[in-house]
Amino acid sequence: MQPVLRLRSTVCLLGRFPALAGLDLDANEGEVVLLSGGNGAGKTTLLRLLAGLLPVHSGEAEVLGVDLTRDRRSHRRELALVGHETACYDDLTTRENLEFAVRASGLPIDAATEAIGRLGLAPLADVVHGRLSAGQRRRLSLAIALARTPKLLLLDEPHAGLDAEGRAVLDDVLADASKEGRTVLVASHELDRTRALATREVVLTAGQAHGALEAMPRPEPART
Amino acid sequence: MTLLKPAVRRALGWAALGALVVLAMFGLWGAPPDEVQGDAQRLMYLHVPAAWVAYLAFGVTAVCSALWLWPRTRSMVWDRIAGASAELGVLFTALTLLLGSLWGRPVWGVWWAWDARLVTTAVLLFLYLGYLALRRVPAAPEAKAKRCAIAALIAFVDVPIVHFSVTWWRTLHQEATVFDPELKANIHGVMAFTLWWGVLAFTLLFVYLLDRRYRLEALEEDLDERELEQAIAERVAGAGTPGPAADKEEVPVG
Amino acid sequence: MNLAQEVGLVAGKDLRIERRARVTLQQILPFGAIVLLLFAFALDPDRGVLQRVAPGLFWVAVLLALLLAVGRAFTIETENNARDGLRLSGLDPAAIFLGKAAAIGLQLVLLEALLAVGVVLLFDVSLSSIGPLVLATVAATVGLAATGTLYGVLAVGLRMRETLVPVLLLPVVSPVLLGATRAWEAAIDGVPSDAWPWVGVLSVFAVLAVGAGMLAFGPLLEEA
Repeated sequence: MQPVLRLRSTVCLLGRFPALAGLDLDANEGEVVLLSGGNGAGKTTLLRLLAGLLPVHSGEAEVLGVDLTRDRRSHRRELALVGHETACYDDLTTRENLEFAVRASGLPIDAATEAIGRLGLAPLADVVHGRLSAGQRRRLSLAIALARTPKLLLLDEPHAGLDAEGRAVLDDVLADASKEGRTVLVASHELDRTRALATREVVLTAGQAHGALEAMPRPEPART
Repeated sequence: MTLLKPAVRRALGWAALGALVVLAMFGLWGAPPDEVQGDAQRLMYLHVPAAWVAYLAFGVTAVCSALWLWPRTRSMVWDRIAGASAELGVLFTALTLLLGSLWGRPVWGVWWAWDARLVTTAVLLFLYLGYLALRRVPAAPEAKAKRCAIAALIAFVDVPIVHFSVTWWRTLHQEATVFDPELKANIHGVMAFTLWWGVLAFTLLFVYLLDRRYRLEALEEDLDERELEQAIAERVAGAGTPGPAADKEEVPVG
Repeated sequence: MNLAQEVGLVAGKDLRIERRARVTLQQILPFGAIVLLLFAFALDPDRGVLQRVAPGLFWVAVLLALLLAVGRAFTIETENNARDGLRLSGLDPAAIFLGKAAAIGLQLVLLEALLAVGVVLLFDVSLSSIGPLVLATVAATVGLAATGTLYGVLAVGLRMRETLVPVLLLPVVSPVLLGATRAWEAAIDGVPSDAWPWVGVLSVFAVLAVGAGMLAFGPLLEEA
């Protein structure tokens, strides 16, 4: 089991606010880690930091073998982030956005067609992004992320807005993760559903993680 | 916390004050009035040194910006000096233009002339103002420093281009009043001495003010650092006020 | 993908968005034309004033339209946080810079063509000595597009972007206004060979602007 990421006493600032205030975290290859915690606890910040989008103020942070305090960019091709927003263009269709994202990531254009199929986006392929609903956008984000075949998949509240079909697809993604050697970190409020698929749960409170260092076989159902 | 040791700074302050007094004496009495322009020409002893400092401050900002951007010399000290220098620079640039205008009115009969140097100085003023506007935008210190440093360097490279284009433009037009105040004023002897003394006095003043302004900036940042450490400690101890959104455009100022 | 392909991808994306949204066509071009019209209102069309100052008015109109074009080019990157997508994609930032600048440049060229027609018709100017005229325009446009893109990305994350970019950009591109106007004046009304030195100045500016952009775009996009 290879360690995919390692954070020690990591502090990350948003402006002057210490969104992550000395956070420790480990994850190994193939794990599905559920990040739970209240709003403002730092889940989104953590995911963005792991993606290299936010600077590390202090502490250690190593992701996919890259020291983030020195280089926040080289590891990005091997990961994918599904955030609150789709990072797409309102005036382009689903297909066009996918094709752009896929080609920008250095992948052949068929990866886009494949992603459309996998996420059931065919009926939306020619719909302009600005017209998509929240759930449809989520699926698109997921499609783009999966097309990159990332070693590390970072999901920020992926269930939000998804319909039953979408959730089923998401469940498959999480379930297949360890089979495909992919590590998944998913921040979610859909605790019951995700706990069933997660290998471990980490609770974030006020910028710190609890229950992070040892992998637990299955977390207790009741948590405060 | 300061660029100079307190004793040095105090000595510098007095030296600057003294030099300015001497400048005033020479400028107002010691140097003779100009044959053509009369007493109005005495404004040159302020205008030229002010212009010198305006450009000097700009150079300081640019050099410090480069030092900040270069990874091996990166330090917030350079960013602070750059900011302080720019503030002084805008002051002296505005002063240069004002004095130029006051000088020009009795001599040329107009409040402004499209003389190459004045126009370049006017563009310099706007470059400065843009830089200062950028500095005032709330942002994380590193991000702000990076943005400002790049903006300062671009402006710095731009100034010679502006100067060259404007000078060429104005000479091509061969205005009747290709006004070159210093040259026409036939500088020699006491006048030359006063002019150079003025440059010296203003430079001393600039360095002194730079140190003071730097100190202010450093103190503010120190305060921010302490508030930050306290915020971290509070958050670690679990005084859990939820944080701001991590993926919104503007970085919130905590 | 090599640099050229990446540039093509980004420029293509921007131009495709423009084709769909038609912002340049329906808003920026009319804006340029209206500015010319307003100049005619402000100055006296009956005394040959307009004819004499036409080159200057033309380039001022182009500069103002540049502000809109730059604003628009980066607005599309802030919708849906597309910026994050660009950062995570692994595209070479220099390629993103060149691609966006190229798209802005092409839109400017379209505007300039329209305004040139406007100037000929409304201000009664005859465009002779096409050679220096075209070259000056090309050099100026490259410089404007490059500098605009650089300041556009500098301000991209900031709330005050719309007011900040003009105050930063306009002083810096003042030599372009100067050079382009003088080149046009020489080509139209004066000695055409006088235009060449100004073409030289504009070219130097363009080269420096492109160079600066390629270097600084990446760090500014990362913003920290």
